[in-house]
Amino acid sequence: MSAAVEPAADVVGGAPVLSVRNLVKHFPVRSRGVLRRQIGVVHAVCDVSFDLIAGETLGLVGESGCGKTTTARVLLNLQPATGGEVHYNGTDIASLSAKQMRELRRELQIVFQDPYASLDPRLPVNEIVAEPLRIHGLYGDGGRAAVRDLLRTVGLKPEHGNRFPHEFSGGQRQRIGVARALALKPRVLVLDEPVSALDVSIQAGVLNLLEELQDELGLSYLFVSHDLSVVRHVSDRIAVMYLGRLVETGGADELFERAAHPYTQALISAIPLPDPRKERARERITVIGDVPSPVNPPSGCRFRTRCPKFAGELSESERRRCVEDQPELIVRGQGHPVACHYAAAAQLL
Amino acid sequence: MTEPVFEVEDLHVTFPTDDGLVTAVRGVSYRLRPGEVLGIVGESGSGKSVTSLAVMGLLPATARVTGSARYRGRELLGASDSELSSIRGKNVAMIFQDPMTSLNPVYSVGYQIAEAVRAHNDVSKQAAMSRAIELLDTVRIPNAAERAASYPHELSGGMRQRVVIAIAMANDPDVIIADEPTTALDVTVQAQIMQALETAKTATGAAMVLITHDLGVIAGQADRVMVMYAGKLVEAGSAEDVFYTPRMPYTLGLLGSLPRLDQKSKQLTPIVGAPPSLINMPPGCPFTPRCPLAQPVCDEIEPPLAATTSLDHLAACHFSSELVEAKPDDVFNTEVADTKALAEFVRQTEGGP
Repeated sequence: MSAAVEPAADVVGGAPVLSVRNLVKHFPVRSRGVLRRQIGVVHAVCDVSFDLIAGETLGLVGESGCGKTTTARVLLNLQPATGGEVHYNGTDIASLSAKQMRELRRELQIVFQDPYASLDPRLPVNEIVAEPLRIHGLYGDGGRAAVRDLLRTVGLKPEHGNRFPHEFSGGQRQRIGVARALALKPRVLVLDEPVSALDVSIQAGVLNLLEELQDELGLSYLFVSHDLSVVRHVSDRIAVMYLGRLVETGGADELFERAAHPYTQALISAIPLPDPRKERARERITVIGDVPSPVNPPSGCRFRTRCPKFAGELSESERRRCVEDQPELIVRGQGHPVACHYAAAAQLL
Repeated sequence: MTEPVFEVEDLHVTFPTDDGLVTAVRGVSYRLRPGEVLGIVGESGSGKSVTSLAVMGLLPATARVTGSARYRGRELLGASDSELSSIRGKNVAMIFQDPMTSLNPVYSVGYQIAEAVRAHNDVSKQAAMSRAIELLDTVRIPNAAERAASYPHELSGGMRQRVVIAIAMANDPDVIIADEPTTALDVTVQAQIMQALETAKTATGAAMVLITHDLGVIAGQADRVMVMYAGKLVEAGSAEDVFYTPRMPYTLGLLGSLPRLDQKSKQLTPIVGAPPSLINMPPGCPFTPRCPLAQPVCDEIEPPLAATTSLDHLAACHFSSELVEAKPDDVFNTEVADTKALAEFVRQTEGGP
């Protein structure tokens, strides 16, 4: 399998459609007074680099507030980056004018998390799906038929196209969101927690649909999610994010079978398996406390304040390295890049 | 067999609304034995939360509740407020999903725990406060003495949920009802909270009703599992029974639609359609419209919750015997998209502009 030889950020296996290099996004924190002086900076995304290869699904996983959604938005230029570059087919997205960006958006589309908030409640479904076509001047004569096809493609009945979003269930609404994203025949879809709001029996249908669309249309997915089980299911490769930084990347099976960063290990270990005997026999690695504020992230390794290895296994001098020295995301002998000075692969499942 | 500490019999809950009568719970019965963990699992709207709110007398006055709920033989349904108050929080404690709304924002967390202690014990304020600090320490809040003076908004979601668990433990209850205790939390924090819950269970020796939509949490904690669908129990049994040999198509489909962390990905088996509306429900099995095994009889007669191969493993399905050894993809169709429409779309994409 190609994923076994994991391309690090600078060594690429297939042809990347999207290359992200040293992406940084800071948000200013302002005082409450009249002057609204800047009193701090939220370090939402720090020095994130990855490639999205044609036809693959890259899972971006992390807990709330780790910067995964911000990464997705900056990637599509929905919010300007503070630093770094995003290359799509060789052009740097950040340097494009609004008009040029609009052209490019035909090829880069996004599906949002909340199927209730991301559809205009006053538009019938036909119009919601037709909107991207109209904006790009592609509706014309074939528009009506195209919308009907799109609805059928995502598993909805075209005769329901005159209904409004509130008449659909969550799963159906998410399918409408997918149809809208597909309308311009994009090459890359950014999926921001596309199934988080759905019950499992419904979620499975949307996941299967996304997989089938990818197989047939050769789409590349950036799949952003907090749910490791879902991410393992859909992804070819996975990047784990913690407090604005990538801490480990690797092929999906590789990452789950030989997780090497203490944070990845804690995440895998924290998720209960729907299998009573297996679940009860498992040993847990638990992290300490809560995620620190991204306004004032810890020096050196950002995970050290919660790291079970830092707290329990390392000597005083080893710890100093974690405090002073920011670990780079590089291959350290586990076969895939890990940002931990003391990375050691572990079998947890 | 030991006497159950908590017993619910034929519980029905209906809410009158403008659109008609909403039947949220239809004939739920269970017995909770001392020290056991009973997991109730179901998707949104299945009635799992309403079941526990009803037995605690916490539903709005418009709700119509019938049936019986007994704590050690004492009837709770229809009991007076003062009678309920003497049991609630003392013998039967509850932990809710959202710790931000179940704590009072204007009192310190230490005060709120001490309040729970004083509600059922005649102790001084100082004694109650030192008990509160002790409890905070038990649920592993660092610097408990200082943290006791914090207000809920100063704590993270995980810490707040620990405070709620400390309050539940305060009077050494026999029964703890935990309603989605980890749903709003990140996974690493969820693991911490499950540990705190286990601590609470060991410290008090309480039996627990654990209500959640997360089959993983249930698998790890519950001795017995009940699956709810459309206000009804559709399957009940030991955790092993329900997870390894489900006998109700809904349970089978639910397990098949779950992506697994511990396996290479394989095709999921979604359940088509959506749960039925609970207003004016038709006769017959509520799962019929989504069920791949449905026969005409399913539309007419609602199957009772009946024993399957073992007396402790119950399922509500006319055809539960057909599910012996069945795998989700034997029963459920995994095809998702309209293949013809998809092919047409692909053709256009490739040929078109």
